[in-house]
Amino acid sequence: MIENRPGLNLLAHLTLMLGVAIVALPVWVAFVASTHTATDFMSGTIPIWPGPHLVENYARMLDAGVSTSGTPPVGTMMLNSLIMALLIACGKIAISITSAFAIVYFRFPLRNLAFWCIFITLMLPVEVRIVPTFQVVADLGLLNSYAGLSIPLIASATATFLFRQVFLTIPDELTEAARIDGAGPMKFFRDILLPLSRTNIAALFVILFIYGWNQYLWPLLITTSSDYYTVVAGIKRMADAVDGLPQWHLVMATAMLAMLPPVAVVIGMQRLFVKGLVETEK
Amino acid sequence: MKRTIFRNQLLPWLLLAPQLAITFVFFLWPAAQAVRQSFLRQDAFGISTQFVGLSNFKALWNSPEYLNSLQVTAVFAVMVTVLSMGFSLLLAVAVDRTIRSSSLYTTLLVWPYAVAPAVAGILWWFIFNPTIGIMPYVLDVVGYDWNHISSKTDALVLVVIASAWKQISYNFLFFVAGLQSIPASLREAAAIDGAGPVKRFFDITLPLLSPTTFFLLVVNIVYAMFDTFAVIDATTEGGPAQATNILVYKVYFDGFVGQNMGSSAAQSVVLMGIVIALTVIQFRYVEKKVAY
Repeated sequence: MIENRPGLNLLAHLTLMLGVAIVALPVWVAFVASTHTATDFMSGTIPIWPGPHLVENYARMLDAGVSTSGTPPVGTMMLNSLIMALLIACGKIAISITSAFAIVYFRFPLRNLAFWCIFITLMLPVEVRIVPTFQVVADLGLLNSYAGLSIPLIASATATFLFRQVFLTIPDELTEAARIDGAGPMKFFRDILLPLSRTNIAALFVILFIYGWNQYLWPLLITTSSDYYTVVAGIKRMADAVDGLPQWHLVMATAMLAMLPPVAVVIGMQRLFVKGLVETEK
Repeated sequence: MKRTIFRNQLLPWLLLAPQLAITFVFFLWPAAQAVRQSFLRQDAFGISTQFVGLSNFKALWNSPEYLNSLQVTAVFAVMVTVLSMGFSLLLAVAVDRTIRSSSLYTTLLVWPYAVAPAVAGILWWFIFNPTIGIMPYVLDVVGYDWNHISSKTDALVLVVIASAWKQISYNFLFFVAGLQSIPASLREAAAIDGAGPVKRFFDITLPLLSPTTFFLLVVNIVYAMFDTFAVIDATTEGGPAQATNILVYKVYFDGFVGQNMGSSAAQSVVLMGIVIALTVIQFRYVEKKVAY
């Protein structure tokens, strides 16, 4: 702060409070709606304070769901989302860290070509090549499987670049010392590189978990069996299902449940989250 | 570049194999297929295909629906970017003034990043629901009859708000980081010379913030063009009357629902061109700092 201007400080606080209120508004409304019954909406507008049906609505969604919409219980869908998010996050980290290791610590023919192949994935988001990718996954028989949900999303240029940056800052002396002590490349990787990149892995994990959990288009396309529905893609089916009149209190309860895990991760691991966000964008 | 390396020749390929295999099978091959299909035309039953040169692209160029989609995408991307960045910058500047409570505010503002775009869409769809939503009720008081199911403008405004809301936390974090990297001495010097807070903001803070702003501009355009698919699909599904049918949604709709493979593939190729251009801009110019 440059000078003391109480008026401006007050204005800053007011702006922030208003901003926080605007940002929180949709979630508050959803929360309130999820604690009422369907009849409470009949009056024309939704109530602005929570009602007494919180436990009832959430318990019903978690272990029964809405049978008319053809979606499984939200508990099942959340488990599917969790499996998909973990597979994507761990898979991306595993294949990126080994790729970065290969690119930084070895000289081999076609090294640049391999690097460019990985780089080019940045330019091909799933939305722009959706039809042929779907075709490939269908031909491989991966529809309605956890492998189909996760593997096509695992390739990652950003994660590879991140680990490459990290490895480039690790002093050569460490490698020399390891080699003098007789360590082979894999031992060096396991005992030196992995421990040194631990916080980067954790930060990346937070970002990738959110990325995986929030996938929408891909799970929507490749899951036709309700056993594999994920919660984010399932909400849409639920809001659509009952002709014209979704059961809003239940849809909103599902929406709250769908955002709970990633939001908890962001708030609980804020420091790692910010680190991951800033690093992956470099 | 490392001076000390390992000499194995086979090992690096084994290490790269999973990434390269996935890249090839799920990225390069489908992309090549899209390019190939964009030059072909399938008959209605998918039995025979023939090479038609650039006619799929010409058809796009002559299609009023596609041109409309281009225009909608441009308007949508600009509105999302301006709204989200403007609001975030305001909040970031405000947080920069508060000292003790800044981390509390940051916590209260970062979590929308974690909300899935589809969920964000559903939340705003509910708030603006013409029969039971809060916003139409409020708007009715001031005399505006909100209906995103029939009004094209209302539908577009709805998806813009939902998409911009989701992006606020991202922009906010980067603006705060950008503001903190501006040396306080510059603003102090300006204050001593008699410049007020508003003048300091426009003459010092904003120009020095331009690398961050430019970076966010590219990121937000990419976000609005490609990551908002879920917002559209969960809410308006491109309607009413194509008013929110952005390019990525149209590719999906023409390919999966309309089964028009040639046209969908040609649209994919156009989109790839756009992503490649944006990526090149990001890597070539964002690095070079737009500061004065």
